[in-house]
Amino acid sequence: MSMSPALKEKAARIRFLWREATGEATYDRYVAHARKCDPRAEVLSRREFERQRVDGREADPREGFRCC
Amino acid sequence: MPESESAAPPTTAKRGMPPKSIAIWAAVALVGAAGWAVLALSRGEEVSAAWMVAAALGSYAIAYRFYSRFIANRVLKADKTRATPAERLDNGVDFHPTDRRVLLGHHFAAIAGAGPLVGPVLAAQMGYLPGTIWIIVGVIFAGAVQDMVTLFFSMRRDGKSLGQMAREEIGPFGGAAALIAIFAIMIILLAVLALVVVNALAHSPWGTFSIAMTIPIAFFMGFYLRVLRPGRVTEVSLIGVALLLLAIVSGSWVADSSWAETFTLQPGTLVIWLVVYGFFASVLPVWMLLAPRDYLSTFMKIGTIVLLALGVAFALPNMKMDAVTEFASSGAGPVFAGSLFPFVFITIACGALSGFHALVSSGTTPKMIQKETQVRMIGYGSMLMESFVAIMALVAASIIDPGLYFAMNSPAGLLGDSVQSASEAVANLGYTISPSDLTAAAAAVEEESLLSRTGGAPTLAVGMAEIFSAVFGGAGMKAFWYHFAIMFEALFILTTVDAGTRVGRFMLQDMLGNVYKPFRDVSWKPGAWIASAVVVGAWGYFLWVGVHDPLGGIYQLFPLFGIANQLLAAVALTVATTLLIKSGRLKWAWVTAVPLAWDVAVTFTASYQKIFSDDPKIGFFEQRSVYQAAIEDGKVLPPAKDMGDMHTVVTNATVDGVLSILFLVLVIVVLIDAGRVCVKAIRNPAATKLEEVPHVESKLVAPAGLWPTKEEKAELVTAGAGADGKESTGTGSSS
Repeated sequence: MSMSPALKEKAARIRFLWREATGEATYDRYVAHARKCDPRAEVLSRREFERQRVDGREADPREGFRCC
Repeated sequence: MPESESAAPPTTAKRGMPPKSIAIWAAVALVGAAGWAVLALSRGEEVSAAWMVAAALGSYAIAYRFYSRFIANRVLKADKTRATPAERLDNGVDFHPTDRRVLLGHHFAAIAGAGPLVGPVLAAQMGYLPGTIWIIVGVIFAGAVQDMVTLFFSMRRDGKSLGQMAREEIGPFGGAAALIAIFAIMIILLAVLALVVVNALAHSPWGTFSIAMTIPIAFFMGFYLRVLRPGRVTEVSLIGVALLLLAIVSGSWVADSSWAETFTLQPGTLVIWLVVYGFFASVLPVWMLLAPRDYLSTFMKIGTIVLLALGVAFALPNMKMDAVTEFASSGAGPVFAGSLFPFVFITIACGALSGFHALVSSGTTPKMIQKETQVRMIGYGSMLMESFVAIMALVAASIIDPGLYFAMNSPAGLLGDSVQSASEAVANLGYTISPSDLTAAAAAVEEESLLSRTGGAPTLAVGMAEIFSAVFGGAGMKAFWYHFAIMFEALFILTTVDAGTRVGRFMLQDMLGNVYKPFRDVSWKPGAWIASAVVVGAWGYFLWVGVHDPLGGIYQLFPLFGIANQLLAAVALTVATTLLIKSGRLKWAWVTAVPLAWDVAVTFTASYQKIFSDDPKIGFFEQRSVYQAAIEDGKVLPPAKDMGDMHTVVTNATVDGVLSILFLVLVIVVLIDAGRVCVKAIRNPAATKLEEVPHVESKLVAPAGLWPTKEEKAELVTAGAGADGKESTGTGSSS
């Protein structure tokens, strides 16, 4: 089953929005950001990065606060 | 003169609309007007919920197109050439220019909570019309404006919080008062939300089992994300939602099994469990419980809201509640005391105007926004969506039989403890429901009883079950949908309790840090435990009191919660108005000053009545003296059953009254301090110091609204991005 280019484009766009919304793209973004400044930069592994990210919420719980 | 005034007028300032647009907007206006006309003119017949939806959507569209555009372009002068904090400070993680559609979702998920679902349900005791009018008019002129303006000013200050802005722009005195007010309000908020959960789960083995299961499910998800597959949020959430649905289905099996007794809990027992849960949830690492719960509740929240919108659209049920009940003028309603003004506004709270949104609008969102011009879509737009959630909650409460509504929402003391006595009590209120209908309604959702299930959540669940079962699954699915709705509400209320306790703890640690330094170090464990225990103890106290109040916890505490929330809105609108004046926008200060004046009139009248009214149903201190006098005469006044109850009423009324005074005094301090700053700024604009980050040229290209305009498409193409603006995210400036 082959997808038409227009459909492919649409699927890629939905996938992009979904990954952004769930935060799954954050790691890729971090790597891209680090590499942009220095192509040979040491980057954290995904496991390390996700750990640091969630532990960061410990320091200031007001980030990501939910409302009544 | 501050810089913002000299900024170039944003977007194309074309005069005159093309004829096609005029025709479309005239049609939208007609749909809205038709909705309003039918709602306003029908008396004594059942009106379809379609008209309420038409009035809401038509009004939102017009308000968004014209009023929010006016605020963005003329008042705030949102400037697309000015780089946002996300662009300037981009680190790919906290500060990151996020796609506007994604950010709209994030922001909406953060502001949408139990408030807009619960408030309108309680306000339905005055009929559906007052609630509808305030939810729609309030959001257009107050709630959405507050959210958008706060978001804008926080964005101009690198995402500073409301408390920080109050301190920097108003002064240390007003700032400190604002901080203490936020803390006190948070405690009442958590207590009332937890009370809603307790009332929904008491004596319900099905509900209690399903909710209890969310804790192991969250632990599993946390472990999965931490150890097994870090960062794979979608797959773990799908597994989590599947387990959640299994938990709801299996709740029915548990309720029919020998385990039922274990999960049939008294309200007092549930309070203890909740307090223990709240303490551990706030000291355990975020990854274990809070983060996975957050994913779960966000998925459930968005999914259920979409489902509800579809259900309302397909079922288009008729509303059985009166448009306006006699309680609107008599003020003697059983759900909450007091007449339409001010208490309908106090009760609806979050769906029309919510002070708590100012905390979200001045937090994460301003650090992620791509373009200044997007504050309109994200700040104003997502609050319109929240208001629509409130409208749907009002629909759900209004389509159920009014007799059942009052049997579910009146305090136990009024209803007695049998379906016969409840049926009589409802008849005394002027509505009818037979004892057998009350039994049948409970049986339909497989609950032991629906009498006095106050707090709004069970009523909403009955209404949602009605709507959902009409569209999906028929009457046989009613019990499932009821417990699905209970689960959906309880899940994100508990997430709020968990997150709110942490925020409260953090604020307390900060305050205690002034007295004893180590408290300020958030990684100092004893400090975190002590502060958590204090916060949990504080809301736990009010929760315990609410559950055991002979007069009914929701009846007594919900107005206090509403007043607190609306006073917080007054603080946010005060900060917004001060900033408009200080930034040289005096001419436009009415945009926030008028809703502020209204909000102050509502909250001050409500507070005044709660403190000074000589009706013991409304005034806390009058209530205290009536019951105190009876105690001295050795008499027991109903609904109190014995002397112990009498003393409880006296203590609670005193505490609630003192709290009303405290809230009021704190907000008056903020208002006076802000007034002083404003007068100074008006007298001497040249000397006004504004803590705004200076203008930096923006290199990002991104559309302002959901759909790019023709000009924006051309700009995107020139910038080398895709015409939908997707590519401009993150790396747009460098490509």
